[in-house]
Amino acid sequence: MECWIRESVRKEVEKVQNRTQTQATLHNLTKRSRLSRNLKKIRRALMQDLVGTMGLVILLLIILMSTLGPIWFPLDEVSDPEKILMAPSAEHFLGTDHLGRDIWAQIVSGGRELLVLAFLTASIAVLIGIFLGAFSALIGGKLDETLVFLADVWLTIPRFPLLVVLSGFFRLSAVALAIVLAILSWAGLFRTIRAEVLSLKTRDFVEVAFMLDMPMVHIIFKEILPNMMGFIAANFTLLMRAAIYAQVGLVFLGLLPLDQNWGVMINVAWNQGVIYNPDSIWFLLAPTIVICLLILSLVWISRSLEEIFNPGLQK
Amino acid sequence: MIVRKDFLLFILKKLGKVIFTVWVVTTLIFFLIRLMPSNPIQQYIQNLVVQYGVTYEEASSRASTLFSMDLEASLLSQYLTYMQDAIRLDFGTSFLSPGVEVTSIIAARLPWTLFTVGSGLLLSFIVGTVLGAVAAYRRESWYEPIISGTSSFLSAIPDFLIAIFLILFFGVFTWGGRGSIVPIFQLRGNFSPGVTPGWNMPFISSVLDHAFLPILTYFFSQIGIWVILMKGSTAGCLNADYATIARARGLKPRKILGSYIGRNAMLPIVTEFAMRLGFIIGGSLIIEQLFVYQGVGLELLKATNNRDYPLMQAIFLVMTVAIVLSNLLAEILYGVLDPRIRAKGGRKGAK
Repeated sequence: MECWIRESVRKEVEKVQNRTQTQATLHNLTKRSRLSRNLKKIRRALMQDLVGTMGLVILLLIILMSTLGPIWFPLDEVSDPEKILMAPSAEHFLGTDHLGRDIWAQIVSGGRELLVLAFLTASIAVLIGIFLGAFSALIGGKLDETLVFLADVWLTIPRFPLLVVLSGFFRLSAVALAIVLAILSWAGLFRTIRAEVLSLKTRDFVEVAFMLDMPMVHIIFKEILPNMMGFIAANFTLLMRAAIYAQVGLVFLGLLPLDQNWGVMINVAWNQGVIYNPDSIWFLLAPTIVICLLILSLVWISRSLEEIFNPGLQK
Repeated sequence: MIVRKDFLLFILKKLGKVIFTVWVVTTLIFFLIRLMPSNPIQQYIQNLVVQYGVTYEEASSRASTLFSMDLEASLLSQYLTYMQDAIRLDFGTSFLSPGVEVTSIIAARLPWTLFTVGSGLLLSFIVGTVLGAVAAYRRESWYEPIISGTSSFLSAIPDFLIAIFLILFFGVFTWGGRGSIVPIFQLRGNFSPGVTPGWNMPFISSVLDHAFLPILTYFFSQIGIWVILMKGSTAGCLNADYATIARARGLKPRKILGSYIGRNAMLPIVTEFAMRLGFIIGGSLIIEQLFVYQGVGLELLKATNNRDYPLMQAIFLVMTVAIVLSNLLAEILYGVLDPRIRAKGGRKGAK
């Protein structure tokens, strides 16, 4: 019975698909010739890959700079009152800060902590998301309903203001912040992973595994997860982006003590009134640009990952 | 008649969720203030005992009046009175400026935030949907990659970094030796110190001058999302039957895009707009700090830095309620605009 219904639904879907396809081709034939359309497609694919490649290259460069850079460009330990807020020169090619220290060296060492913490946050959040999402989708029933409802409620609580309020109650350390961020972002990932698992659940190989009475752990880790890797990787980079946003935001507001990162640089530069001193504008501009590059690279990577693993979205 | 009953059930269900969410947040705040180890009340008492040599009973009675909580009573009754006050919108008085009602502080700050974030949201919505529809409809044109590229670029960059770039561009860099575009004193505050608030020209123009950059920031930080959403939604409608027929009838492209495709593509976007309305209040924290704009976000920051707990909890609650209510609005709008959703929700509720 069920099988028959499924069959008829499939036929119906195919009919609709055929119709829209013929419509689409008719529409396109009237508009452009085939050749130019294909050229367009190739250019589009190249462009999309270009963006992803660019993102990957930028990210790798930033990681390289943050790991190896500090060896060649050590931080200035002592301040030099004679070289305060200097314009870029041959010696300090991004100028100096309000204590006469080299800005380029600070940029080089300022990314490590940010990257490590963002990576940590995204890892914990993905683990929580997979665990809750997969079990909720596979077990179903009351547990599933409750979790979906709770996720719904949780998503309406504004996250950044909550972080600000929390930082009023606790002095958050950097690692604690990473964990708190990961826990706070459980709902969004839970939802997307649950939906993905639900759609995978009806696929043949998973149904077979269920029929063979495979243990749940085996089904999740051997059957379902490998088919979601691209999806998870795309979400991972987006989570890193959110973590960087929250960290830099909180640091900029002065609510988080971190010793050396780009957010702190923006905070210090802003509070030192650098915008009134056009010579030393790189003190503010440089960390802002690097953060932008880092976030852009993450977003680009996630976008091209999604397109590679989810060609259906391409339109 | 049956449909109407379904719709009522649908709304009742959503209302239940709203109340539940608000209850969760208020309870969360209560536990943060009252139950956490080293919570603010405990710290306040400790501080009095250690620094001023007050006895513990004396200190705790002072704390009771300050936090308007009867610390002697059981935890449950404390919680109940707290909830009663919250329902009556009585959040007590501010620590920082004693005697001033928290609600009056919020009422004074809220219009500024609503004004700047709201106009930024509205402008970006209008411009973004038009650009998105055009980009989807003219997919072969030379300007489509520019629109799509710029919008995906803008939607990726954090809003406060956009604000920094705008401040540098308009307020700091000198173009052609003539000074900056916006004088630097207009980068801070809500209006210039000299003018008297009220419905007079100097005040209004001063307010607009000062709001220019914050609004521009909100505009740029949100326009990308509208373009992307509208582009996707329009692309989905391009090959629908009604669009094909409109094309077959030989209607003008502008008419097809405006009356046939645009209208249908707007449905999901409008609900998204209703949803984003809620972030008007909460989404302005860092931007208001950057522009020293005296809105709710800046007030929350000040309250947090000074540990002004009543103010903190009230502002956070207002922010949450705004989002919850706008979510409700979005869901109802969606139900009204798209009968299929309503029917589904109603049947589920009736089950």
